[in-house]
This record gives sequence, C-alpha cells and structure tokens, in this order.
Amino acid sequence: MIINHPLLGPRDSAEFIYLGDANLIDRPNWQAPTAAKDFYEYAYLRDNPAGWHDELWFHEAGDRSWLVVTRNTLTHEISNVALARDVARLRGRSK
Amino acid sequence: MRYSGFRVIKEALMGHSGWKPIWRTPDPQAHYDYIIIGGGGHGLATAYYLAKEFKQKRIAVLEKGWIGGGNVGRNTTIIRSNYLLDGNEPFYEFSLKLWEGLEQDFNYNAMVSQRGILNLIHTDAQRDAFIRRGNAMILNGSDAEMLTTAQIKKRYPFLNTHDARFPIKGGLAQRRGGTVRHDAVAWGYARGADSRGVDIIQNCEVTGFRIENGKCLGVETSLGFIGATKVGCAVAGSSGRLMSKANMRLPIESHVLQAFVSEGLKPIMPGVVTFGAGHFYCSQSDKGGLVFGGDIDGYNSYAQRGNLPVVEDVCEGGMAIFPALGRARILRMWGGIMDMSMDGSPIIDKTHIDGLYFNGGWCYGGFKATPASGFCFAHLLTNDAPHPKAAAYRFNRFEKGLMIDEKGMGNQPNLH
Repeated sequence: MIINHPLLGPRDSAEFIYLGDANLIDRPNWQAPTAAKDFYEYAYLRDNPAGWHDELWFHEAGDRSWLVVTRNTLTHEISNVALARDVARLRGRSK
Repeated sequence: MRYSGFRVIKEALMGHSGWKPIWRTPDPQAHYDYIIIGGGGHGLATAYYLAKEFKQKRIAVLEKGWIGGGNVGRNTTIIRSNYLLDGNEPFYEFSLKLWEGLEQDFNYNAMVSQRGILNLIHTDAQRDAFIRRGNAMILNGSDAEMLTTAQIKKRYPFLNTHDARFPIKGGLAQRRGGTVRHDAVAWGYARGADSRGVDIIQNCEVTGFRIENGKCLGVETSLGFIGATKVGCAVAGSSGRLMSKANMRLPIESHVLQAFVSEGLKPIMPGVVTFGAGHFYCSQSDKGGLVFGGDIDGYNSYAQRGNLPVVEDVCEGGMAIFPALGRARILRMWGGIMDMSMDGSPIIDKTHIDGLYFNGGWCYGGFKATPASGFCFAHLLTNDAPHPKAAAYRFNRFEKGLMIDEKGMGNQPNLH
C-alpha cells in the first residue's frame, strides 16, 4: 500500500506503524461519572467495519507524524490522508 | 454409511459405485431449537457435539458460501497445546486430547499426524521463558521437552544453527503436536452432524437478527426468516461484520494473515518448526509442499489477501533459519481474516441478548482449537453455563481486568 502523506507525498506503508481506529483520538473525560465504562469502551471495543475505516498510522521511518488514513478494509484502497493533528483540532482538541 | 478398510476393499471390487454424498442438502425449516451461524470448523464441530454429546435435536448450521470455505480451508493446519496461562492451557490440552481421538470418534480420516512441534530459542531469557512454559504445560497434563542444540541438529540437520543474529541455543518441543488435513476436519464434522439429523444449509447468508424485547427470536437470511430458540455465532474473521447486525461492538479487530506453500518436495521437514524471533514457522504437508507463514499484516482488513512487505519479511525469516528454502519455489499464497482480540485469547460466551451466543476472537490460533471450541460452545448452548475448560473466555474479562494475555502486549490486537 502507498500512503499519500500530506507533507511528504506518496510513501510506502512499510514506513508506518499502525495503531488502529481513529476514534482513539477521542480520549474520554476521566472526571465524568461514567469514566470507568467510557474508558473500557475506548480501550477495548471497536466498530471494526468492513468497508471505509478511519485509522491512525504513525510515520516512524519518516517525519514521525501521526496520520488519519481513510482506507477501505475490503480493498485496501486509500481515499484520504490527513495529519492527525488537524483532525483532532477540527474535533475541538488542543486549540 | 460407516467407513472402514473392509468398505474400501468392497467398493474397489464394485467399481466405487456405492459411495454416497456425505451430507444432505436440506431446505431450511421454519424453526429450530439451535441455529449455528457459520459452517466452518468451529460451527460444524459445535453442531456435531450438540447432537452427539449433548443429545440435542432440531439443529441447523447456516453457511453463506460452502462449508469449509473460510478459515478452516485457509490455515496452516497445526495442532498443539503449548500455552502458558491458566485460562488457556487446560482448554488447548483438552482440544489436543480431542484431536487424538477425533478420527475414531467421527469415523473419518482427518490425517491427524502427531509429528511434533518445536519452538526455537536463541537467548538465555527465551530459554527461561520456555522452561517456564514447558513446566506450565506439564502441570496441566500436557507434554513438553527441552531440546539441546545437538538434539535439534540431529533431527533437523537443515536448520541454520549458527545464524549471526539468532543462533539456535535449544528449543521447546511438544511431541504430541502436529498437523491435520484441515478440509477433512470440516467434512468429518459435517458428515457426523448430518448423520445425526443436523441440517447443513449452504448458500444461506444471515442478513440480520430478529430481536424483540432483548430476546433473539431467529435470523433473517437470504432464504427468508428462520426462527430459533438459541442462535450461536461461530464466524471468526467476520465476527465484527455479523455482530454489528445485532448492534454489538466487540473487543475484536479483523486482520489479514498470509500463508504460503511451496511446490511438492521429497520429505525434508519432520514436524513443525517455529522461529518466533524471526517471525517464521514451517511444516511439510503430506503432499510434500512446505507450508509456512509468519506475522499478520498488521492493519484492519477483510480482504483475504495481504501485501508484499510481509511476504518479504516471512521469506527473510525463512532464509535465515532454513537456507535450503531458497531453492524451493512458492506455489500458492493466500490470506485469511483473523478475529484479533484485545488480549490474544478467544471468547465463548452468552451475549447480553437473550438466546444469542458468541464464539470468536480466535486470533491466528483457531484451527487447533476446533474440537474443544465446538465442544465447549455446545456445552454453553445446552446448559447456559460455560464449560469448565473455557470458563475464562468471557466477554466481561476486559472490563474486569481479567485479560488472558499470553504475549503481554495489552490491548493492541496487531501485536498479539
């Protein structure tokens, strides 16, 4: 697979480390009354879709940036790549 | 029809005109006591033990394609019980004991071959860990043996014992481990289940569950609605896809694992050798092909095919430990979809929906578990209580912190 890095252009996926579902960006609030349940679901449960999947890849052998890659788990086709930093900011994190 | 040597001779004299199809092709009935979703090894074994051991009736197995066309047809056929942890080792030893009596039990030649499995060690730390593991196996009634480099060299003279990075310093052997003809496992269980009245319904895809007031009443399929008192799901690889139809999120990711087989060669590999440090393992099939594989590709996938970096990684590992492999040509390669669970161990449990039961999360170790998985799942379906050997395989272990994490990797499925 080739991942089209937003800053560096097309890179071999072997340069990256895969973490998993991009929902891992949304860490639950540890002070919420439901924190124990929220963290269980955050840490252990996955949507695991057959089809389009937003996922976190780390460019370890490159610029060490975190990316959100939108990839089809049925075909391995990649439709979109964004810096995880930008995705997190769009979701209201780290203003 | 019972199979026997006498029967083979008789059929040979009769021009083989007396063999019959070994399972029926029934139309689905309106309602069953038990529906098993998934006509793979685990689903068929579940139906077989439900009918044979637990004396249940009115059972159907629903399969979206043809039986044995999923992971039971796409694995590397290894059986073993070399686990460390208390939640795992008794279960896998139970499975190995069932393998040992399987062919007599279901009267079908599954070519169970206890040719032994060897895990190589390269460092003092690995030796300590494998001695501990071997002791855990022995404590649980299994067999384990530490081999010296000289013993390994004698039995496997083709191994490179002097690799600069990973010199072979010994190994943990389980002589009762080995290989099985994988398709015959599915066919043997299917035949045994069918002859006890189980309806095996192929080309019948489950498209949804009918759930009312927290109770599962049956399944919607491509052949219409089929009612059931209890529904058991055994579709490892596609668990996420199936259980999402019941609005369940699972502690599972689906990943692709590749495997390879070389052209047929004369016997060279006596048993199974695993080179964990180099991400490579190998055995030789009865047809002569070297069957080998390594790590999962490492990203979510339902594609049943992998990518080239892992092919290179596996072949590098193979060349490091088994240089003669380089003279063989790869005949076929394929990918299977694994239910990678959050701790590397499976789940056999009730769901929060009444009448809906789940069996999955087998990671890349489901084949060896087939008999015990079927037996314990049938026990759960019949008695509504887990079998003692599978009592640890519960959904709630993640919430309670009771993970069964053999590799100590935490909730990172692509590292198990």
